[in-house]
Amino acid sequence: MAAVEVPRDEQAFLAYVQAGGQVEAGDRLPEDYRAKLIKFIEMHGNSELMGVLPEREWILRAPTLQRKLALTAKVQDEVGHAQLIYRVVEDLGKPREQCLADLVSGRSKFHNVFHYPTRTWGDVGVIAWLVDAAAIISQKALLKCSYAPYARIMKKICWEESFHILHGRDVVLAMVTGTPAQLELVQEALNRWWPPLMQFHGNPIPAGEDPMFLWRIKSQGNEEARQQFLEGYVPQIRELGLTVPDPKLRRRDDGVWEYTEPDWEELRYVVTGHGPMTEERLAFRRRFLEQEQWVRDAVLAA
Amino acid sequence: MGPGRGAGGVNEVWEVFRQERRGQPFEHAGSVVAPDAEFAETWAREQYGRRGESVALWLVPRDAIHAVEHWADEFDLKYRRVDGYSIKVRLKEARERAAAGPR
Amino acid sequence: MNELLLGLADDELVIGWRDSEWTGIAPMLEEDVAFSSIAQNEIGHARAVYELLADDADALAFDRPLDEYRCAPLVELRLLDWAHTIARRWLYEEADRIRIEALMEDADPAVAGLAAKIDREEAYHRMHAELWHERLRDEPRFRDAVADLWPYALGVLPPDQREQLAARVSLEIPSNNVLLGKERGSHTDELAELWNEMTTVRRSAPAGAQW
Repeated sequence: MAAVEVPRDEQAFLAYVQAGGQVEAGDRLPEDYRAKLIKFIEMHGNSELMGVLPEREWILRAPTLQRKLALTAKVQDEVGHAQLIYRVVEDLGKPREQCLADLVSGRSKFHNVFHYPTRTWGDVGVIAWLVDAAAIISQKALLKCSYAPYARIMKKICWEESFHILHGRDVVLAMVTGTPAQLELVQEALNRWWPPLMQFHGNPIPAGEDPMFLWRIKSQGNEEARQQFLEGYVPQIRELGLTVPDPKLRRRDDGVWEYTEPDWEELRYVVTGHGPMTEERLAFRRRFLEQEQWVRDAVLAA
Repeated sequence: MGPGRGAGGVNEVWEVFRQERRGQPFEHAGSVVAPDAEFAETWAREQYGRRGESVALWLVPRDAIHAVEHWADEFDLKYRRVDGYSIKVRLKEARERAAAGPR
Repeated sequence: MNELLLGLADDELVIGWRDSEWTGIAPMLEEDVAFSSIAQNEIGHARAVYELLADDADALAFDRPLDEYRCAPLVELRLLDWAHTIARRWLYEEADRIRIEALMEDADPAVAGLAAKIDREEAYHRMHAELWHERLRDEPRFRDAVADLWPYALGVLPPDQREQLAARVSLEIPSNNVLLGKERGSHTDELAELWNEMTTVRRSAPAGAQW
């Protein structure tokens, strides 16, 4: 059997990936594809790493030993995902140190949800359940990524995320069947997290105009992902007696969910580094990155 | 490596192959960046085994891997493979003859 | 209640709590993942020992007043720099090994069995600590950290086991006044702060609330 030759011409390459073709680290990639790929994957790695910070505080405050263990394991997975993802970026040519430097200096981005504060244990449940649910929908759309090394790590990532969602839902369930005050904590957290959740999958650029979809880096457009999230999770939220804080939210007869248009300007503003917690979290990360530079130097001394 | 462990190693990519259950093939699972085999082991154990999902790991410095990616494919090699053989027609004929009895 | 076991459980709970403070900010991502496993193991050990001592492990872990905790000052210290954190890991594992080896000989088979399980898991902690110790042993920061924490490490063990520890790590036992306030029986101010944060969510609901 002839080895499949990855086309060098950009148009032929586009046709190749759109027909389901995959490429490896050593293949010659069109410059635009490589650049977009690195930016996309790097943002994913940044998000996993920044996602640790809001949840980390709650490990320390977990109200039972079981929850403490589960939350630590969840956050550990996220650090592990960051490691997997940055390795992929490094093999594409951008070293990890550069990625981390760009992250803490604000030059590169991470997902909107990780720019917001966590206020209560209610947030812990809502984030682990619904933010991870939104994320897994995006991540499943990456399982067939045209860039094979990224597609391969997505398998492990999706497998591990499935535990997170179960854990989150369990935390929420314990509270909605607990005291009225606990139920209120969850509802209040949901009220705060709903707008960022609706923005999470990005503005509804048609798939045919989305370079990530055209290059088959992801197999689904933004709006499709959001619809999947609503279809899967609004019923689950409502069956617990919780209210989704959007009076316009409704499912049409044709199965499409209508909702209050998210504030896309706000999304753009937040991901360009102006979220309520952006600066504080980046400064925290920067502090430890700098403080522990001597350790990396000592361990890698030639 | 120089004298004394404090001299450190050179940071390398170590490829990780994991075996899910005894008897299964070792499959490539990912990589860790580490200065030596001991750090690679300590780290790979947790990244690829903390849920008991692997019974064994092979850790190999990336440089030790000799990759092979191209073959000549000039002449028809179907005779070496299963898809080079279509026995349906002749098998049918042979069965019919056998069913018709001795000649 | 068995003071020795409660001390072990409280040590593991608090050092696990302290070690989990490194989640997301360890010097390398690979180490972050590995270190988190160690922290989880410690909490797991604490839980297993609490379960030997009481029906409700969570109540025992979280609902006691501060002065009923039996942890040693070593584990209470907030050490958000890597040299001190690794120095503590290394010293603590050496001290704990002596304690666990004794518990493995306990007349109660439940205790001896649990100690053996803990020991098998801590073999990996010791490997990890030794790996870092070898790598950092010539770094002045690390040597200073070991010197800072050594008196506290001795405070993990009763006086009759301290010679053994000193021999294992090749350090001298200082005079008694150096150990004042660093031995089991005392608590640091840091424990109160830790306990407050550790129990803040739990205390926000009535006792017995489900989480």
